[in-house]
Amino acid sequence: MDQSLSHPTQSPKLGIILLLGIITIAWFVTYNLLQPLADWISYSALGLTRGSHLGDAVAFFLYDVPKILLLLSGMIFLISILRTFFSPERTRAMLGGKRQGIGNVLAAMLGIVTPFCSCSAVPLFIGFVESGIPLGVTFSFLIAAPTINEVAIILLFGLFGWKVAGLYIVSGLIIAILAGMVIGRLNLERYVEDFVWKMQAAGGVEGEKLNWADRIQRAWESVKEIVGKVWLYVIVGIAVGAGIHGYVPESALVGIMGKQAWWSVPAAVLLGIPLYSNAAGVIPIVSALMEKGASLGTVLAFMMSVVGLSLPETIILRRVLKPQLIVVFVGTVAIAIMITGYLFNLVL
Amino acid sequence: MVNIKVLGSGCANCKRLEATVRRVVETLAVEAEIEKVTDYAEIMKWPILSTPGLVINNKLVSTGRIPSEKEITDWLTA
Repeated sequence: MDQSLSHPTQSPKLGIILLLGIITIAWFVTYNLLQPLADWISYSALGLTRGSHLGDAVAFFLYDVPKILLLLSGMIFLISILRTFFSPERTRAMLGGKRQGIGNVLAAMLGIVTPFCSCSAVPLFIGFVESGIPLGVTFSFLIAAPTINEVAIILLFGLFGWKVAGLYIVSGLIIAILAGMVIGRLNLERYVEDFVWKMQAAGGVEGEKLNWADRIQRAWESVKEIVGKVWLYVIVGIAVGAGIHGYVPESALVGIMGKQAWWSVPAAVLLGIPLYSNAAGVIPIVSALMEKGASLGTVLAFMMSVVGLSLPETIILRRVLKPQLIVVFVGTVAIAIMITGYLFNLVL
Repeated sequence: MVNIKVLGSGCANCKRLEATVRRVVETLAVEAEIEKVTDYAEIMKWPILSTPGLVINNKLVSTGRIPSEKEITDWLTA
């Protein structure tokens, strides 16, 4: 049974395009002015000394806060537009009939672009499983979606460059694919709560038909919503990062978080499991830690563990998964993150 | 009287949707019965894959996001 969703009214096109053009130019101009402006304010206007603790910390803060906020606004806008082309319903249709292996890869990739909120984990899980998508493939999606978080990607890109951001995406995908395949192989269907299997698969909802004005409108609302949620975390996180940047001596952390401390990766992952923060809160701190000698693999492992394995989401999933399956889920993802952490420590 | 159901199990987004709906209903001074559906078995009776969901007079109008006040107004005055 098809049910189409309602459609809001349209708005003039040319005005929007012009406005977007102006905003884009303003964005680029402002972005390129940030570093010189931050330096000027810190070292000329405020008269701080370049190379001093306070001077460097302030310059770091004044440069990174507007930079990150600009990046967040710009990129969330673009990503949200991309996301208007995807929906959980469309993803479910695309995954139907795909077997393990290919299904896991596709599910993980779709997990990145399909809009997803962790409170939707249950309806999504039920909906996917009910329509015949294998358990392992569903898990690949459920692991990729929160772990490969767009705010995290944008922040990593802003603070470390595209290589690290790319690494994060790739490792998230590998983890989602492998963990999903392992869970699929273990044939754990009996550890899904019984009522799930008894429910009728709901008929497909036809996706909304959106025109460009709608997409832009949605993307703009997304920007307001997400930046509105995380801006304070970003400022506090960067302030802490600025403090570490200015005051903690170089290489202070090599001993406990550097490559040589083999136990740092599992410790980082285990520490991250009970902790939950949105990506914005963790990353600026993580960036400063890295500057002081913590190795990339350990730090990424910590981040993925904090952002990807969350106590709130696990509690929500308890409604549809029996405890054994939850343990397998958390355990598999944790081990996969650890392996990735070691890999990057070795390779980089 | 309009029957409105907010489908969702209590996360921040679902609560925001309920608050937004209540605001619109109050502004429009429409007579409405607003129900919060938090039981998953009930929620899944609707073809919904991502919460929060909004049902107006037994028609599912939105899933997976918080519609704007304008959109909700349009649906309620249609």
